[in-house]
Amino acid sequence: MPRFLSPLANVQPTVYLVVAGAVFLLVGSLDSARFASLTVGGVGVGAAYGSLALALVLIYRATHVINFAQGELAMLTTYIAYQLVQWGLSYWEAFFATLAIAFVLGTAIQVTIIRPVQHRSVIGTVIVTVGLFILIDGIASWRWGGIAYAQLPSPFGFGAWEVGGVPIQHLYAGMFGIVLASVLLVWALFRFTKIGLGMRAAALRPAAASLAGVRVDAMLALGWGFAAVLGAVAALMYEPSQFSGLTPTLMQTALVYAFAAAVLGGLESPAGALVGGLAIGVFLNMLAGYAPQVVSLEVPFAFAALLATLLIKPSGLFGQSQVQRV
Amino acid sequence: MKTLLELEDVEARYGPIHALHGVSLAVQEGAIVAVLGPNGAGKTTTLRAVSGTVRRSGRIVFDGKALGRAGPAGAARLGIAHVPEGRGTFSELTVWENLRLGAYTRRGSIKSDVERVLTYFPWLSDRRRQQAGTLSGGEQQMLALARAFVQRPKLLLLDEPSLGLAPVLVAEIFRIVRELNEKEGLSVLVVEQNAHLALQAAQFGYVLEAGEIALSGTSAELRADESIQRSYLGY
Repeated sequence: MPRFLSPLANVQPTVYLVVAGAVFLLVGSLDSARFASLTVGGVGVGAAYGSLALALVLIYRATHVINFAQGELAMLTTYIAYQLVQWGLSYWEAFFATLAIAFVLGTAIQVTIIRPVQHRSVIGTVIVTVGLFILIDGIASWRWGGIAYAQLPSPFGFGAWEVGGVPIQHLYAGMFGIVLASVLLVWALFRFTKIGLGMRAAALRPAAASLAGVRVDAMLALGWGFAAVLGAVAALMYEPSQFSGLTPTLMQTALVYAFAAAVLGGLESPAGALVGGLAIGVFLNMLAGYAPQVVSLEVPFAFAALLATLLIKPSGLFGQSQVQRV
Repeated sequence: MKTLLELEDVEARYGPIHALHGVSLAVQEGAIVAVLGPNGAGKTTTLRAVSGTVRRSGRIVFDGKALGRAGPAGAARLGIAHVPEGRGTFSELTVWENLRLGAYTRRGSIKSDVERVLTYFPWLSDRRRQQAGTLSGGEQQMLALARAFVQRPKLLLLDEPSLGLAPVLVAEIFRIVRELNEKEGLSVLVVEQNAHLALQAAQFGYVLEAGEIALSGTSAELRADESIQRSYLGY
């Protein structure tokens, strides 16, 4: 159909889908308090998946590498926060110190471990990130694995507000708020600052960016730093919601969900990663709430979502075909 | 007149393939110099050697300084703006962001720079917020040129500006390059298939063949040369 016949042709179907999903959740929540409380929990945990997925997307956009170590790096920073709290820092002091450490750690890993291999091949770099996964896991297990029950205090407590008979846990509201704030900060950094413009240019066209004077290698290192910060936010927010406490395996299933979220949203799309994370979080929470007998199938369900996306729309919900003339 | 750029016995290779076998050439300050030659002669590689986007050996002196191992970002910071073949426009960014990238190596406001550049490309000013990929091919080539000029370069390296563009646009691009050269004293090293246009704009030219300089001279001399007329000017 010619575009001028349809005034809504410019609006992507994805927008309808997302709005429809939101309306569905809203109506369901008004109808049933149980549905509402499952939605709240799903949105809280989903925000953490979304933040981790966004970290994956940042690195993927710049280098077309999936960083398999993203979750483990996030887990490591959570142990660092734990250690800082043990040493007497308050939660929020430890939180911000950990984000700074995560940034330095991410940048340092890129410079020392990734940079020497990144120009050889994408698959080689991916394998190095798998090695990094094992290395970080080993370090955390060796240093902190023996602790019987480690836990980071929840900064928001375990209270809840009552809204129309539906409990909204401070924990979930806090998770969502902190993740949203950090995502907006990172977005603003990329969108409005010169260094952000340099990072986008380096990711889009490294050769042309370097001709404009952008130091592409430095931008990639910064990208790893910001990804590590987003991962740290995800893990710090995620940990108090888990009954297992802090373990070296904390982020392993979360990483699977973040993969699913990133693919669902379209690997190139930051907004898609966040929406994908929320969708996966709500979906899995509903699954656990309404079908507890299949709760051990959560991971396979996440894989099914990933597979379905790849089969039906490989570019994901927010994947766009580029406008380009030659 | 001062020599701005001097190449002495420059070699370059892509892996095992030798693309330049000892090229020597010079660009005087304020001059437009053309590099002509058949496909695969090493014209593009010569520009890449200067901007550091290909491994090279030999001596390159720019503005009194040996370039040594400076990469593309380093060359840009020294005042070399390279507009590569295929334009190098960031099609996913807006027109304004593309121009902003031109001033990436400088601190402070770029407003006055952009205003000055827009006097040469007036149509760009209404399109600042437009995605660069939605511009036509010719407009993208001009945007690439505008971005390079925001860099305030001492030397512009221009690779095949006519590639894939309608003749009227090509003439317009060369007109702007000449204007920048005359009004702003911009030195230009241009690689071009269209020898007519290139020799019209340039004061001096080199002919590359199989990675070596086969011939050089003023534009008038080259235009009068029989072999040039036969191979490149179609007489």
